[in-house]
Amino acid sequence: MWDWEYAISIMPALGKAALVTIQATGIGFLLALVLGLILALLRMSGPRMGWAVSALIEFIRSTPLLIQIFFLYFVFPSFGIVLDAFTAGVIALGLHYGCYCAEVYRAGLEAVPRGQWEASIALNLGTYATFKDVILPQAIPPIVPALGNYLVALFKETPLLSAIAVLELMQTAKMMGSETFRYTEPMTLVGIIFLLMSLVSAAGIRWLERRLNRRSAR
Amino acid sequence: MNTANDATEQPMVRFDGVTKSYGALTVLDDLRLDIGRGEKVAIIGPSGSGKTTVLRMLMTLERINDGVIWVDGEPMTHMEKGGRLVPADPRHLRRVRAKVGMVFQHFNLFPHMTALGNCIEAPITVLGLSRREAEERAAELLDLVGLADKKEHYPAQLSGGQQQRVAIARALAMRPKVMLFDEVTSALDPELCGEVLQVIRKLGSEHDLTMLMVTHQMGFAKEFADRVCFFYQGKICEQGNPQDMFAAPQNERTRQFLRAVMDSV
Ligand SMILES: Nc1ncnc2c1ncn2[C@@H]1O[C@H](COP(=O)(O)OP(=O)(O)O)[C@@H](O)[C@H]1O
Ligand SMILES: [Mg+2]
Repeated sequence: MWDWEYAISIMPALGKAALVTIQATGIGFLLALVLGLILALLRMSGPRMGWAVSALIEFIRSTPLLIQIFFLYFVFPSFGIVLDAFTAGVIALGLHYGCYCAEVYRAGLEAVPRGQWEASIALNLGTYATFKDVILPQAIPPIVPALGNYLVALFKETPLLSAIAVLELMQTAKMMGSETFRYTEPMTLVGIIFLLMSLVSAAGIRWLERRLNRRSAR
Repeated sequence: MNTANDATEQPMVRFDGVTKSYGALTVLDDLRLDIGRGEKVAIIGPSGSGKTTVLRMLMTLERINDGVIWVDGEPMTHMEKGGRLVPADPRHLRRVRAKVGMVFQHFNLFPHMTALGNCIEAPITVLGLSRREAEERAAELLDLVGLADKKEHYPAQLSGGQQQRVAIARALAMRPKVMLFDEVTSALDPELCGEVLQVIRKLGSEHDLTMLMVTHQMGFAKEFADRVCFFYQGKICEQGNPQDMFAAPQNERTRQFLRAVMDSV
């Protein structure tokens, strides 16, 4: 049933694939964090812009990520935008999760008391300094756990990139299986690798959360 | 005292027919009020009479519906364009607003910054002071409000009275010509009011600041203010120097109000 020799022989290749998964997760999530913040700020910038951004967010959140990945990879070239599979996949991940992060940022921004904005006006701070020095440092620490959950969720959705043949863990395991007709070892190992990485990142988020709590409790 | 009638000198603040409404509710109705340079004005009146709104308009936290507010001889809510007054753009607001500072009922300190951090943020980013200059100045101001030893404390580590004193220092660090105080002691336990009022007294005697304060403490208003304005339903119902007004209020509403607050003490 379980062939240790085979399992060990595929480990180096799976290790390499795990790096691709980590890269896709890291870059995708960074993109989601930046994009989410930009979307959240744009949404606050005025009623018309707010409406347009809300509509975009709603649209992206209510269509499947897989379709967005396909769209970027297979449809964009017909508009003259050709992306390699990894880039298309990472942008799709970042865009999709950016929309979820935008909601989280919004909740964080709305939780900052109105008096903080008013004090900023009374001190004549500009918009940039108000956000950078006053609002965001208060809005972000409470939402770190929620953002962290999306990091783990994004990470667990990276196997979708196998649909456009990005050589991440899932795609690599699938290819091994179809070559040797043995799926047990590659799929089991991929599952274990995902489990381990999820545990590690959850621990990382908890650590960050504790640190931030300690800082804001001062 | 009130220099508005003195043609050689502009008043520090002028409300010229200012009206403010929220929907159908008119909160301030055709307000006309001049405040002289260095004058200390106390604003009193029942809850909901529009006292806070007066200060918030002057701090540009509220838009006005009609009239013009002038600060230091120039229009604040409006700007001159082709010989006419048009509504101020953000740049104009920002420039004139620099002359006004405000202390809030609930302090509104930045909780993630120390007392010193609160006092240097705006001087560095807005006035362009170097960190060293800003810190020196902030240290002086924290000393003035009696908190020289609390520079590195965060707001959560300070009592309400101490927080409010930091807020005063923070506002002063921007070198305003006009300071607004909105019931700055009403969120404090009674035993902490004294230290804050003491600081305000000190400012009154050491600085040629123009000060506008909304207060429920008639004793303080009487001793501190050059002039008291009694607001009732969005209008100035009576004003005058505190001795006369507290001793012999002319208006029936003023009499009722003063009787009610004196009784409650
Ligand atoms: N943002 C607002 N929206 C609607 N009504 C308001 C708002 N702010 C204040 N008001 C109303 O304006 C009136 C005056 O308020 P305010 O200036 O705070 O009174 P005061 O400080 O004298 O108690 C009150 O009736 C209050 O309910
Ligand atoms: Mg009030």
